[in-house]
Amino acid sequence: MSDISLGTSVAGIPEAAPRQPPALTTGPVAWVRANLFSSWLNTALTLVLAYFIVRYAIGFVDWAFVNAIWSVPNNQTQACRALKASATPGACWAVVTEKHRFILFGTYPYEEHWRPALVCVLFTALYIVSGMRRFWRKELALVWIATLVVIGILMWGGILGLSYVPQERWGGLPITLILATFGLAFAFPLSILVALGRRSSMPAVRVLCVAYVELIRGVPLISLLFMASVMFPLFLPEGINIDKLLRAQVAITLFAGAYLAEVVRGGLQALPKGQYEAADALGLSYWYKTGFIILPQALRLVIPPLVNTFIGFFKDTSLVLIIGIFDLLTAGKTAVVEPAWQGFGVEVYLAISVIYFCYCFAMSRYSQNLEAELNRHRGR
Amino acid sequence: MSMQPLRRVMSGLKGGLLGALAVTVVGALPAAAQAPAAGSAATLDAIKARGTLVCGVNTGLAGFAQPNSQGVWQGFDVEYCRAIAAAIFNDPNKVRYVPTTAQSRFTALQSGEIDLLARNTTWTLSRDTSLGLDFTGVNFFDGQGFMVKTSTGVKTAKELNGATICVQPGTTTEQNLTDWARANNVQFTPVVIERLEELVGAYAAGRCDAYTTDVSGLAATRSSQPNPAEHTILPDVISKEPLGPLVRHGDQRYADLVRWVHYALVASEELGITQANVAQMAANDTRPEVQRMLGKNGGLGQMLGVSNEWVVNVIKATGNYGEIFARHLQPIGIQRGPNALWTTPGGQQYAMPFR
Amino acid sequence: MSQTSTDPRHFRAPPKRQLRLSWADERVRAIVWQVVIVGIVAGVIWWLVRNTQHNLEVRRIATGFGFLQREAGLPIGEHLIEYTPASTYFRALSVGVLNTLKVALIGIVLATILGTLVGIARLSKNWLLAKIAAVYVEVIRDIPLLLQLLFWYTMLQGLPAPRQAMNPVTGVFLSNRGLRLPFLDWQVAHSWALLAFVAGLFGTWLTARALRRKQMADGKPRPLWPAALGLIIGLPLVVWLAGGAPTAVDWPALRGFNFQGGFTISPEYFALLIGLTTYTAGFIAEIVRAGILSVSQGQWEAAQALGLRPGVVLRQVVLPQALRVIVPPMTSQYLNLTKNSSLAVAIGYQDIVSIANTTLNQTGQAIEGIAIIMAVYLTISLSISFSMNWYNNRIALVER
Repeated sequence: MSDISLGTSVAGIPEAAPRQPPALTTGPVAWVRANLFSSWLNTALTLVLAYFIVRYAIGFVDWAFVNAIWSVPNNQTQACRALKASATPGACWAVVTEKHRFILFGTYPYEEHWRPALVCVLFTALYIVSGMRRFWRKELALVWIATLVVIGILMWGGILGLSYVPQERWGGLPITLILATFGLAFAFPLSILVALGRRSSMPAVRVLCVAYVELIRGVPLISLLFMASVMFPLFLPEGINIDKLLRAQVAITLFAGAYLAEVVRGGLQALPKGQYEAADALGLSYWYKTGFIILPQALRLVIPPLVNTFIGFFKDTSLVLIIGIFDLLTAGKTAVVEPAWQGFGVEVYLAISVIYFCYCFAMSRYSQNLEAELNRHRGR
Repeated sequence: MSMQPLRRVMSGLKGGLLGALAVTVVGALPAAAQAPAAGSAATLDAIKARGTLVCGVNTGLAGFAQPNSQGVWQGFDVEYCRAIAAAIFNDPNKVRYVPTTAQSRFTALQSGEIDLLARNTTWTLSRDTSLGLDFTGVNFFDGQGFMVKTSTGVKTAKELNGATICVQPGTTTEQNLTDWARANNVQFTPVVIERLEELVGAYAAGRCDAYTTDVSGLAATRSSQPNPAEHTILPDVISKEPLGPLVRHGDQRYADLVRWVHYALVASEELGITQANVAQMAANDTRPEVQRMLGKNGGLGQMLGVSNEWVVNVIKATGNYGEIFARHLQPIGIQRGPNALWTTPGGQQYAMPFR
Repeated sequence: MSQTSTDPRHFRAPPKRQLRLSWADERVRAIVWQVVIVGIVAGVIWWLVRNTQHNLEVRRIATGFGFLQREAGLPIGEHLIEYTPASTYFRALSVGVLNTLKVALIGIVLATILGTLVGIARLSKNWLLAKIAAVYVEVIRDIPLLLQLLFWYTMLQGLPAPRQAMNPVTGVFLSNRGLRLPFLDWQVAHSWALLAFVAGLFGTWLTARALRRKQMADGKPRPLWPAALGLIIGLPLVVWLAGGAPTAVDWPALRGFNFQGGFTISPEYFALLIGLTTYTAGFIAEIVRAGILSVSQGQWEAAQALGLRPGVVLRQVVLPQALRVIVPPMTSQYLNLTKNSSLAVAIGYQDIVSIANTTLNQTGQAIEGIAIIMAVYLTISLSISFSMNWYNNRIALVER
């Protein structure tokens, strides 16, 4: 029997101080607390950043949307100029409205613009279809051939009742897409050969490949484009000349080939040595070994960096501006030469940036997802 | 690990390459086929066989050559391309325009990529002799000048000591500027930008105190500014800039045609032949020179290797020199000045006799 | 033929085989292949050279580098060495090379700093900061650099004219003519002090090495700062005082058309530097982020468990490991930045490409002009590669 009475015992223990329930760990409030206001420093940082964002976002929205002029009649840009000089400046999107077809398609015959427009759609569709793993099979090759032939027919015309459009009149977005796509398509086999050559046991081949890769990678693309623009004509025999776009395409292909060769070489090196040895042990010849064992595995490894390299080339095609080829950027800059529209470069640059951004952002997102997907088996 | 998807990737890539190859081979054929013989005596035949004239123009210079919102090339130099196409084909639209930059222009003509360079190029001795090219005449007399903001209060070029001057590199303009500055002991800071629109933008934004180029270019720039009165073109002209179309050296027959198309434009203005009345004049005018020019008699066209009605075709397509000038250059504020006909005071445009 | 089969380690006692003149012998095949390939390449090159010679003759284009000694007559706005239009083409091209180096070196330093900050910001616990950094990286990487440069240049031209220049601090003026800063009126004493400063840095480095060696010997840490202070600050100060302690400062002042005096950063240079820095920083940020993420959490925890202070953890444990992942891709970013500086030609900064371009335009010597551009960039690229490889080898994991 205990002589300790319950009552005294309870009385002896001091009342528990009323405690706060534990802080929420889920829900929006908790999230905000954990991610934005976790400490004094963090709170200060959040407030300062939020202030700047709100301030500049309002300024930008005012400029780009609230005060903006979206179209003007008949090249009468006085309203735009007045707006620019006023106390509440705004964007003159009228320049984009007026010139959007020129920016997109350059000097292509105006009434035939549906053709380059369709070409852009086809290119984009081709990228999307090629990107889906479910379509990675033999038939895709046929799709590519068919699409590129259709693109050629659409751009040149001359058959099927389409009027002939010489290459000098092409311009804008199709040129950017052509330069990037064909540059990669030709550079890719070249790069595989060079990458294999660089790992070859034949010293002469190795030296040639190393020289090519290091030479090209050591100089800027501009110098190659200059070369294509002023030196290629000197290289060819008298009387033969290839047009400017093709010359630029050759320069971009040579440039891309060197960079892709390094990407492919990375894949070849990442492959375990056992794969090479196993193939040798089976008595496969060099080309069998390379074509059926090594390359399929190595190329799978390099698809994500390949896409990243492609994004780089997509952006780099804008450099043809410097040798006067009418790509998207050149067309945009030429659009603001006309006296009425001079001084509205920022609006045009922004519009073009959006186009480049859409393509590049989609590709980089795709490459990130693909990388995660391809690496999933490694996690296990 | 299954190899199936890998094979698919491989074959997909392979197929893509094959397709690309096919398209490019198809594409390269016309490109190679259209190559005329550089420097040979058959340029005119090559142009006729091809069915189009390939004309090198500026990448974009208001008034001289610039594509409009529909992508159609327009301007003073472009009219010369159209006129020559009209003389050869009786169709001014059989022209392909190749935009050329300051560096690529001569190579493009030398290599045969273009048949004609109509791109405000100054006729100088070294260019005439060392490039393997020929100037066919002067279709625009120009001179280098300066433009400043009126608010600076500068009245003559010599007051520009210490100024920042915008100039396009790789042109005679740049060399003239340094020659002039050294001769007159003027110190200046150059801002050199290759692309014209960039350069004009820099001047307009106040990056430079003065902008120097040919006076015609200055006038064009001035008129395109929101408020032209804010800009003053200084009276000093520091150089002679005779501009004209170029052809390859060594094909005199073709060079003759280009030269005489220019004279035909000028002579038509002298004789009052215009786009509107050319058909009627060809039928009714009894003046012997008009009859010779418009192909009634004399067989002048055949001597040049084109049809005898070539001048009618040209004028129908483009109008005479004065009309071209009025259409493209006067709206941007360029006055006739030295480019008026020789019959007016100060005018220098002079056509050789059509006989 | 194949790589591995000729690897000597794969043969136990490599039998000395007779070279048979047969297609079945892979060494014969290799020799034949090499002869064929080299023959084709040499043939193509010979063909191109012959065409070129013929074309140059027909077009009467002079060849050779004799033009380098001729008077250039081209105006150059920014030059680190003395230059007038009366100088030779060689001098003009040298100015161009120095201008390229000026923008590339400073760009590399700034891009590294900015990129590292953004990379760390992306890993910040503050959601807003991390998101801003992420958006920055994504946007800047997906828009062509040329477009960004044109954009920056257009923006800088929107600054006020010299007469209305912004004047944030006394003597500092920001206008559409660029940034003007006050600068020392340069005397001989300053040059000597600068030399002493460099010598001081070198001396400090030697001292640090000696101290570390001593620490290795007896385990006692010794402070470096007294020696560093004396050598880096004290020595130049003494030299400067001995040189007469010149203190004259060249203040920029508005005279005539523009500010005179002081030190100028031109809008062209500024636009190029901002463009290159922000663009490359976007890529560097991703490299830094990947480098930091590559160091496993366990390393942090283990270091903290040893009682090391956070600064020491970062400096001695995490950074050395992250650098191994960071340095190789960083090298190619530095190379990219240098090569991208050639886009200066589009916005009128007179780097080597711009000046060589004008030169080949004036002299008509295209081949020489382009050869010069390529040679300059190859030299710079190889130098950066070599120095970064040297650094990489130093920090690389020494596997035992």
